[in-house]
Amino acid sequence: MTRWITCRELIDFLWRYLEGEVSEEERLEFEYHLARCPTCVAYMNSYKETVSLGRAAFEDLEAPAPPEVPEDLVAAILTARRSLPG
Amino acid sequence: MVAVPAASGYGFQGLHATVSWALCAFLSALEPMLGSRRLTESSTPSPSDAGAPPDESALVARLRGGEEEAFALLVRAHGGRLLATARRFFGCEDDARDAVQDAFLSAHQALAAFQGQARLSTWLHRILVNCCLMKLRSRRRRPEESLEGLLPVFDETGHEARPSRPWEPLEDEMARRQACALVRSLIGQLPESYRTVLLLRDIEELDTAQAAELLGISENAVKIRLHRARQALRALLDPHRKGLPS
Repeated sequence: MTRWITCRELIDFLWRYLEGEVSEEERLEFEYHLARCPTCVAYMNSYKETVSLGRAAFEDLEAPAPPEVPEDLVAAILTARRSLPG
Repeated sequence: MVAVPAASGYGFQGLHATVSWALCAFLSALEPMLGSRRLTESSTPSPSDAGAPPDESALVARLRGGEEEAFALLVRAHGGRLLATARRFFGCEDDARDAVQDAFLSAHQALAAFQGQARLSTWLHRILVNCCLMKLRSRRRRPEESLEGLLPVFDETGHEARPSRPWEPLEDEMARRQACALVRSLIGQLPESYRTVLLLRDIEELDTAQAAELLGISENAVKIRLHRARQALRALLDPHRKGLPS
């Protein structure tokens, strides 16, 4: 008989389930709950989409040519380097 | 600890004086281990990932020779990308510029130990992330910021007090780009300690052990903080994405 976990237990430990850090018994408990709780399915899907969008958000910026470095910053770095020992 | 002379610029004196030669040694030791996708800048290894390409080796040789022109070339080639990364860690432009300056100066001091096993861009990126973290650490210790209002609330039976509803699918590439822009802005609203973990794990793609080492906290603390950061970001996105009837 699979134990019924609460929505709170599922959401609090969702990361462990998604990372595969749960035991076989716990995995079955998560999946038993998800099969019967559309609210938690909605939460899990939006959580996964958040992670995916977070990763994509910064990939967009790096695809084209990198932004130029401001000349005043270049000058400051070169000046600072001259004062280093060696 | 090495005392570094003061220099003009973006707060160079304050932070760089705290950069030790131990950091240089640490970075050199990490060089062959720069394995995350973000840090190698490609999920598919290319032949050039095996070592520095010929033109990069030549640049490294010139840098080791102390050529200022080569150093300027390095700063112009990589500074923009490093500044974009530093801006993710800091809301303040001056802080981001400070971190970039510290990164180039640390790289200059660590060049002798650079073995060419990673690309220069990868190596510099890692140094920059370290400098950002050192700068964050050097600030006055503040109590852990609250995520109140951004974490799920449950009733006495363990159900969500405000049940989640499915998000509308993103219809096309334009919608996805707009969502990405929104996420970039919302990440900036997260409290610093949560934003930093999110950046290291989900954006920089360090593994839990690497993030824990850099932050000086336990791996379990990294996992819990990351989960809360993702939950908070999800909560910030929710009003913009909710739409389908339950």
